[in-house]
Amino acid sequence: MSDSTHGTTPAAPASGHDAHGGGHHAHADKDYIKIWGILLGLLVVSLIGPIIGEKSGIFAITLVTAFGIAVVKAYLVIKNFMHIGVEKRYVAYLLITMLGLMILMVGGVGPDVLRHDGTRWTNVAAHKATEEGLKAGGGHGEHGEAKPDAPPAEHH
Amino acid sequence: MSTAHADHAHDHSHDHAHGHHDEGFIKKYLWSTDHKMIAMQYMFTGMVMALIGGFTVYVFRMQLAWPGMAVPGYGRVTASDYNALVTTHGSVMIFWVAMPVLIAALGNYLIPLMIGCDDMVFPRLNRLSYQLFLLSAIILIASFYVPGGAFGGAWTAYPPLSAKAEYSLTGLGSSMWLLAVALEFAAFLLGGINFVTTVMNSRAPGMKMFDVPIVVWMIIIASILFMASVGPLIAGAVMLLFDQQLGTGFFDPAKGGDPVLWQHLFWFFGHPEVYVVLLPAMGIVAEIITVFSRKKLFAYKTVLYTAIGTGVLSFFVWAHHQFVAGIDPRMANVFSVTTLLISIPVAEMVFVYIGTLYGGSIRLTTPMLWALSFIAEFLLGGVTGIFLGSSGSDIYFHDTYFVLAHFHYTFFPIAFIGSFAAITYWFPKMFGKMLNDTWGKVHFWGTIIPFNFIFIPLFFLGARGDHRRIYNYQHFPDLMKAGMQDMRILATISLLVLLAFQVVFLVNFFYSLFKGAKAPANPWEANTLEWQAPSPPPHGNFPQGLPTVYRGPYEYSHPDRKDDYWPQTEPAQQS
Amino acid sequence: MPTGRLAVWWLIASEIVIFGGVLGSYIMHRIGHPEWANQSVHTNTWAGAFNTLVLLTSSLSAVLAHNAASRGDGKRAAKLMWATIGGGAIFLVVKSFEWTNEIQHGYTISSSTFWSFYYTAAGLHGLHVIAGMIVMMFVASDAAKGKELQRVENAGLYWHFVDLVWIFLFPLLYIAK
Repeated sequence: MSDSTHGTTPAAPASGHDAHGGGHHAHADKDYIKIWGILLGLLVVSLIGPIIGEKSGIFAITLVTAFGIAVVKAYLVIKNFMHIGVEKRYVAYLLITMLGLMILMVGGVGPDVLRHDGTRWTNVAAHKATEEGLKAGGGHGEHGEAKPDAPPAEHH
Repeated sequence: MSTAHADHAHDHSHDHAHGHHDEGFIKKYLWSTDHKMIAMQYMFTGMVMALIGGFTVYVFRMQLAWPGMAVPGYGRVTASDYNALVTTHGSVMIFWVAMPVLIAALGNYLIPLMIGCDDMVFPRLNRLSYQLFLLSAIILIASFYVPGGAFGGAWTAYPPLSAKAEYSLTGLGSSMWLLAVALEFAAFLLGGINFVTTVMNSRAPGMKMFDVPIVVWMIIIASILFMASVGPLIAGAVMLLFDQQLGTGFFDPAKGGDPVLWQHLFWFFGHPEVYVVLLPAMGIVAEIITVFSRKKLFAYKTVLYTAIGTGVLSFFVWAHHQFVAGIDPRMANVFSVTTLLISIPVAEMVFVYIGTLYGGSIRLTTPMLWALSFIAEFLLGGVTGIFLGSSGSDIYFHDTYFVLAHFHYTFFPIAFIGSFAAITYWFPKMFGKMLNDTWGKVHFWGTIIPFNFIFIPLFFLGARGDHRRIYNYQHFPDLMKAGMQDMRILATISLLVLLAFQVVFLVNFFYSLFKGAKAPANPWEANTLEWQAPSPPPHGNFPQGLPTVYRGPYEYSHPDRKDDYWPQTEPAQQS
Repeated sequence: MPTGRLAVWWLIASEIVIFGGVLGSYIMHRIGHPEWANQSVHTNTWAGAFNTLVLLTSSLSAVLAHNAASRGDGKRAAKLMWATIGGGAIFLVVKSFEWTNEIQHGYTISSSTFWSFYYTAAGLHGLHVIAGMIVMMFVASDAAKGKELQRVENAGLYWHFVDLVWIFLFPLLYIAK
């Protein structure tokens, strides 16, 4: 239609027909709309899930529906909208490496930030803040959220 | 076309014997997108910032040697002054000298020339990167002139000192420092993307990834390391800024935050950062020792893989800066092991360099002297790191001058020996003139000898208990025992000698810029592609057309050749 | 790989660690502070859900724009990009109402560290939405004239990343609070 009016810069590839590199040309528009529909359905499930999780008190339901579905949604977007499948392999490796670094960071920092007690120390200010916060909230308590990881260590 | 000095702080003209006179002054010098001009902008800005960093160390070392006495050219140094000076010194030297000269200037200058293309793939983004960087430098300098003065909480900026104005006493200065650092990060993120995509996509025909010179590889690996590690610190900087200005409590335990989180976020970046600056310096050394021993690099792929391995490992060692900060001791065990492990790949690289030199036909030019001294001095720095990487001994050494001497034995070679090696080696290409080799050697010895006399006493002082960031040791009778103040004075006097000899460099540099002997295209008889371009290269780099590459960069003293070098662009027949 | 697209992937890679830093810090603090549940209960789940819907739809229009551009149909690509920009605008409007409401109820950035994280994380994300919208405007106006159509995909990639960040922000701040 408008091929003849393309003004491409010298460095840019000819837009269009090999934009997908691997010859996987043309997902039709309706394929994308189908994915979008699945994403919306997942959104609905992720809204209902935590409500059920709270009512039943089974925290795992909240976790799986809220975060598990987020992971699935992310996968669908990355695969179908960002076409990572037709990109060179190293792109996927690059993204996974970055995620891995974040997991490493949380793993290395967590023992210090997650806990308010060590073998020989107690984070008094944090404990106080927690107590006062819970008192002030009065009744909302553990609103479907994780209990602190480790049981309080012996104080010296 | 005027070639007089521009009166802009960031830019000096250089002598174009030939070239593109169609462009106006502004477009050519201030608004250029040419990678070589941008490289010059970074380099001269870095040199100016080095003067500032050098001035700060002059002042505070004078204070340490003769406490309470007015420092010539500054005046009396108060405790707050001292804090601001050491903070500025550290921040400037790492972020505004080492990184711009080693990565931004050399990367910008060398990458297109060494891979045989005419410019970076995103020239306007390149210009924007420099402008952000310049803005960051201006904001940092401006922080000295605001009410309260410059930030004094050390380049590591631990909260709550850095988060609360009532502790830091520099409400505005702290935020300006933070903003300057954040802008500098943004500039280097953009620059890094530019470098990596250029090397991936714009290599000359025939240049496979393993034909790329090591220095280019090192800059690329450094850029990737930087991109992968700076994110958490950017997040932390935003949080710290909000703590400073908006009363949030990200790092305030009373408000549910945690100061140790900042330390982790900082050092998660801070440790890879030192390898970000180390790798380019090692790359420079590799280029120089191959040319001046007329020998191929002993094991190209080994250097490459160990560099990548060092980069990967560098993400696993960060908490060795926090052994005494109250981290989980089990983590300290892990980080001790990884820290000691990381010395292995770096040592491997040094072995390869020694293997390269062995049996070579050594030419002791000024760049070669710098490269050799890098290996020796960095080695000393590295072995002293062993004491600090083991958490047990680090409990004693942490926050003493032992740490300081260790990192200066690593950082000074990286930032200054590396920069001088690079400048003395590539000056003929950059400016079309030769530096005076005799004065270069005078500058070399006048730098290296005093350097050792500054920091060896500091190792001993640190082992004897000298804490860091103390502005007057007379307040500590235990640290004024026999000989200790004498060692501090020795260090300061050596510093004065070292600073004096930098005048030799500056005079040589600027004199040669205008009056030096004309440089041929390839004065060192080297193989890499930049030496096939004229000295200095015109806009577009290769007036004879973009080159084609036939072999790797280190084919020196090849048995099939009469000449002892074999440029990458020469086809395979005998000449 | 075309250089522009390569550059956008590297940009996305560096942004993963930036947002990873913010979100990782939030997650660690949130687990260590169960009392934040009393604060987080006040985030507006339905506004968050609506915004998720908006962003997912705008991602759809972005990829449809890419599809059109790859067929050479610059005008359609531009229209779809404007729809994406519109989605971003709706997102920001909803967020501004949300935040105004919360601030008026006293939940400011400094009232509790939960809210500090909330505004910082969502705010940083919002800045990226704005940046994406601006980039898209430039690319769309070129595309409408049939120029630089390869940039439609690149702008879309960046937009999908911004959507991905929200896909994780949404459960963290709104449903599994």
